[in-house]
Amino acid sequence: MSHWIIAPVLIPCLAGLLLLLEVRERHRLRRFTGLLSCAALLAVGVVLVNQAWDGAYTVYKLGNWEAPFGIVLVLDRFSALMVLLTAVLAFPALLYASCGDDRKGANFHGLFQFQLMGINGAFLTGDLFNLFVFFEVLLIASYGLALHGRGPARVKAGLHYVVLNLVGSGLFLIALGLIYGTTGTLNMADVAVKAQSLPAADTTLFSVALLLLWVVFGLKAALFPLYFWLPATYANATPAVAALFAIMTKVGIYAMVRVMALIVAPIPPIGQQALWWLGLITLGLACLGALGAKRLGTAVAYLVVMSVGTLIAAFSAGYGSALAPALYYLVHSTLICGALFLLAGLVARGRGEVGDRLVAGPAILGSGRLSLLFFAGAIAVIGLPPLSGFIGKVGLLRTVPEPIYWVLLLVAGLCGVIALSRAGSTLFWRTTGESAGLRPSRRRLFAVLWLLALSPAMALWGEAGLQWAEAVADQLRQPHGYVQAVLGGGAQ
Amino acid sequence: MELLVAIIIGVLVTSGVYLCLRARTFPVVMGLTLLSYGVNVFLFSMGGLKMDEVAVVGMSENPTDPLPQALVLTAIVIGFAMTAFLVVLALRSQGEHYTDHVDGRDDVPGRKDEGGEA
Repeated sequence: MSHWIIAPVLIPCLAGLLLLLEVRERHRLRRFTGLLSCAALLAVGVVLVNQAWDGAYTVYKLGNWEAPFGIVLVLDRFSALMVLLTAVLAFPALLYASCGDDRKGANFHGLFQFQLMGINGAFLTGDLFNLFVFFEVLLIASYGLALHGRGPARVKAGLHYVVLNLVGSGLFLIALGLIYGTTGTLNMADVAVKAQSLPAADTTLFSVALLLLWVVFGLKAALFPLYFWLPATYANATPAVAALFAIMTKVGIYAMVRVMALIVAPIPPIGQQALWWLGLITLGLACLGALGAKRLGTAVAYLVVMSVGTLIAAFSAGYGSALAPALYYLVHSTLICGALFLLAGLVARGRGEVGDRLVAGPAILGSGRLSLLFFAGAIAVIGLPPLSGFIGKVGLLRTVPEPIYWVLLLVAGLCGVIALSRAGSTLFWRTTGESAGLRPSRRRLFAVLWLLALSPAMALWGEAGLQWAEAVADQLRQPHGYVQAVLGGGAQ
Repeated sequence: MELLVAIIIGVLVTSGVYLCLRARTFPVVMGLTLLSYGVNVFLFSMGGLKMDEVAVVGMSENPTDPLPQALVLTAIVIGFAMTAFLVVLALRSQGEHYTDHVDGRDDVPGRKDEGGEA
């Protein structure tokens, strides 16, 4: 049996533990350990994608307990892709933080690693209760990271974030209890099987459990009406942390898509229908938020919410062919939003006291390079040709033939253009006097460039990218394979 | 038995939700604690309620389901850690804002936006 699949959980766990033991604040050692772990994750991510790409499932039984009784990790194309995406995002984010932001509080690096462990675990697990545990791991690390660097605004946003997520955890447990009470199992594949033959009396309870799961995942993914925590938390977090958080909303979406794909039979139609409308409302409100943002960080946070609305509406529209472009768009939006958060951090540093507030301020040192990067990032995130956002959006428009989706997606593009061009012209052109800010260092620029460069790459190899996405979607459309791999041949 | 447990869960969750909606951090912390108690008891009862039976297969004819007990144990540990963190965060918020209002607002008595306390 191949043991690579457990590595994305173990590597950051070990690195995080080592970093906790390092108490003498040797920053170079801490940075080296963190970056080494991220580089290892990147390599393992490539290995896993390679392993999953032929379409076979890898099932890893923890403690070698047989499937419905023990906890399993399951590697398929979707989870492998998400693990790789996490590593691709985490490395530049940590590189950016290692230029000085990590000194603002103790234990930044340890928390960063535990966050990665939680995210990777949530992508790989095949057990619903284990999913809850990994959610908690990534949440408690994110609480620490969101507050990293202190400051009243951060504490206020952090308090709301923590309380909301604790309530969310309670709801998650209720949903798990209901699922266990009705099906007698928490293994995702086994739940999928048992859900087919539920006694009539239990169907309602099971539907309630599923609806509760949508609420919980919607909270993590920042779906209307549960997204109000996101802009404040993300805009106030340290840039590198905000960039890493770009994947956190996608964890919610991942869990949603996974459960949606597996448990097909008795979903009450209202669940999917509600998600579709809520996705559209999220998309619309995020446009208003982006237009009204007073800071660049807030505008980017609303762009994250926009991508969440776009994706959840696409996933729940009920068109099988929309899966592939939605997955492509998911990867694209994660990377670009991460890049924009880092860029907002650079802009704030370059302007000194004024920060990233959208008011006339001192000229930014090194604004030539920054404005070019901002321009590229804006084009990519809005979805204008020739960058990857355009390909993703065209794919979505082609496969979700709903007039209201078309209107909202195009209006969202327009709002993005207005919001970002207003932000860009204020930040880079309406300047008053000399800056007291800091010139962006080469390493920070490299981190931004790393993430931004993936957008033209995804556009250049767009055909291949879409084919990959199609392969992932193909596997998602056949839950039988997943169930069979986990429970063995006799189950279905 | 079932009725009793159901009533207990209901009372715990109701009180928890009520306290969570208050505008001060301390009631919110208490509310979250009560809420997690309610959730834990709920989770516990999901394996079916049985009186005077052990949770070990083979020790009795009709053993209690051991899995919910393991789940509750995990949930309690996690909930405990989260509550501890939240208490520290609430103290921090008090220190930064000089008020225990959840939005960090000024503490002027009689103000409209003071939530339920005015």
